[in-house]
Amino acid sequence: MADITDTAAPVTSDTVARLKRSAEFVVMPAAALLLSAILFSIFLLILGKSPVQFFELLWRGGFGTWFSWQNTFIRASPLMLTALCVAIPARLGMVVIGGEGALTMGGFAAAAIAIPMISWAPTFLLLGVMVIASAIAGGIWMGIVGAVRHYRGVNETISSLLLFYIAVSILNFFVEGALRDPSDPNKPSTMPIGKENMIGNIPGTDVHWGLIFGILLCIVLYFVMNRTTFGFAARITGGNLRAAQAQGLPVGKLILISCAIAGAAAGLAGFFEIAAIHGKANASLVAGYGFTGILVSFLARHNPLVIIPVAIFLGGIAASGGLIQRRMDLPDATVLVLQGLIFVILLVSETLYGRFAIFRLKEATS
Amino acid sequence: MNDFKISRRNFVKSTAAGAAGLATLGLPTMASAAGLTIGIVYVGPRDDFGWNQAHAEAAKVLGTLPDVTVVEEESVPETIAVSKSMESMINLDDAKMIFATSFGYYKPFVLDLAAKKPDVQFRHAAPLWTDADPKNAGSYFGYLDQAHYVDGVAAGLSTTTNKLGFVAAKPIGTVLRNINSFLLGAKKVNPDATVQVIFTGEWSLPVREAEATNALVNADCDVITCHVDSPKVVIETAEGRGVKTCGHNASQAPLAPKGFITGAEYKWSTIYTGYAADLAAGKPLPNFIGAGFDKDFVQNTGYGAGASPAAIAAADAARAEVKAGKPIFAGPIMKQDGSVLVGAGKSLDNYDPMLDQTDFLIEGVVGSIT
Repeated sequence: MADITDTAAPVTSDTVARLKRSAEFVVMPAAALLLSAILFSIFLLILGKSPVQFFELLWRGGFGTWFSWQNTFIRASPLMLTALCVAIPARLGMVVIGGEGALTMGGFAAAAIAIPMISWAPTFLLLGVMVIASAIAGGIWMGIVGAVRHYRGVNETISSLLLFYIAVSILNFFVEGALRDPSDPNKPSTMPIGKENMIGNIPGTDVHWGLIFGILLCIVLYFVMNRTTFGFAARITGGNLRAAQAQGLPVGKLILISCAIAGAAAGLAGFFEIAAIHGKANASLVAGYGFTGILVSFLARHNPLVIIPVAIFLGGIAASGGLIQRRMDLPDATVLVLQGLIFVILLVSETLYGRFAIFRLKEATS
Repeated sequence: MNDFKISRRNFVKSTAAGAAGLATLGLPTMASAAGLTIGIVYVGPRDDFGWNQAHAEAAKVLGTLPDVTVVEEESVPETIAVSKSMESMINLDDAKMIFATSFGYYKPFVLDLAAKKPDVQFRHAAPLWTDADPKNAGSYFGYLDQAHYVDGVAAGLSTTTNKLGFVAAKPIGTVLRNINSFLLGAKKVNPDATVQVIFTGEWSLPVREAEATNALVNADCDVITCHVDSPKVVIETAEGRGVKTCGHNASQAPLAPKGFITGAEYKWSTIYTGYAADLAAGKPLPNFIGAGFDKDFVQNTGYGAGASPAAIAAADAARAEVKAGKPIFAGPIMKQDGSVLVGAGKSLDNYDPMLDQTDFLIEGVVGSIT
């Protein structure tokens, strides 16, 4: 770099700086993943199991066959939506972990609003109303989190988590009470929307349309957060709340809208669980996608575009869990241990950004 | 502890095994070099001292049969995950028969996959199959209330306060039926006996199960039983409080060395080995089977230290009677609301379909459904 001419210097160093900074965002998570894999291998060796076989089965169960890919995609699609529920508020500096609650409320609202319509409404109307209901329900649910944060200063992490428990109680209360379908005496559920009203699969696959929707929403929200004044203002707020207020940004509105968008995304995950998989609301709606979504979002560093591959990656880990259990005789918690390791190491790696000279330019060129 | 030592030898061995596994991964039928592969899916861990353990113990018995390979997955939620787990067993392990052991697996997951995979037999552990469902699907079930009835007989002779405690998950048909039968057993030998019930609201809620157990003991109940997925917490809490216990689903005898009387257990191994024998013989499998003591589908846990000689004798006699077909629901029996369930001199058959729809508690049960 010492040889570059004066005129070329600004351009080149700028490019190099950009490259170096981007490289950091790739190398750091990759290193974190590698370290997780190494630690997990040691864990397996202690159990007397072969890490080689584990990772081979992980590959085969998640990505090795067309069936495995479809299995992975099915598990990834709710994760994209619930990860967005973490990623969007994260841009404003908020750590929202109760996406599962918004998913539950979204799914419940979709199933509940369908009940009086099943007998007469055509499919497109029924599904249309269900989509809107789930987005609104999820949006309001997370909107509450944003509102108590902004107006009363309540910690959004705690409030969103506690609201999750309330959401589950609301679901159970209605599903086991007023909205219970009496034809099913043993598993309390709402009335099924009927096979003919369910969202089908992408042609030629077993994967429902929620996957495509999740990918599109990730792309749309990436542009909203990175290429619009709203997204810019949101990121300013996340960077420095007081500065944003001093600039006259409508901080309260930004927090509320971001939380509502986040909740709507998770609520739509609930919609797809109802309309594409269960056909009715019951306790099975609460399956932990909201919590895995936290991991996805952190792994993606809250970048909506990166959420797509990360969700597929974690979907693949989940998809391979069964095969690993069966072939290696390991308990199901094994895969959870791997996920937990990745999460902790990744969080620690977050603190190391900017600490390594290799990613920095020399003082003189900056 | 030897298993947990890392040595160079272990490392070499396991990596070599991994490499060997890697080499054979291309073969789709690796897990079923010979004979029949059967897949079993559980909703919780296989060592839960409850529902899943009862199935896993039967799976072990099944695995000892020649030419049968059992592949198992635990903690599979009642979502699309179970559909994919079953399909993976079929596609990657070449399973020809699937046992889906949790209630919520059936609709829509077992039904949809059965339609998609007509060459594979699916059986589900709850009485849900109807004629409209695919012919390669089916139901198997044990009438556990018969075993709870025998528990009740033993409990009725073990109580001094005449108050029995029942920790129940959800007020649904099978649970209510077990509570009613438990009380009928107790009343048979002790007309003053009552059953106090607390519903926790969930299949697995350890904290509330412990609270409920303590509350029942505080209310003078001196024999505790339960119907939750894993009775471990209830039995251990009751043992800690110094009262006697009756088990549920699987054997909890090791958890209560002092106060355990007996327990109501499924005997899924009878059913599983029966299916395997039919398959081996090339016979068509029944779509719907359900039975109690008469076909050895349910059993009582071996008596523990809490069982008195009188209780053992009465319980053994009651089991023999039920096995011979003597009705549990012999009148007069009133419902909680005072209406007549079974008139004096009348009785309901132990397999009366009306009992499958149980949505009431009988007189003598303290506690309400709502």
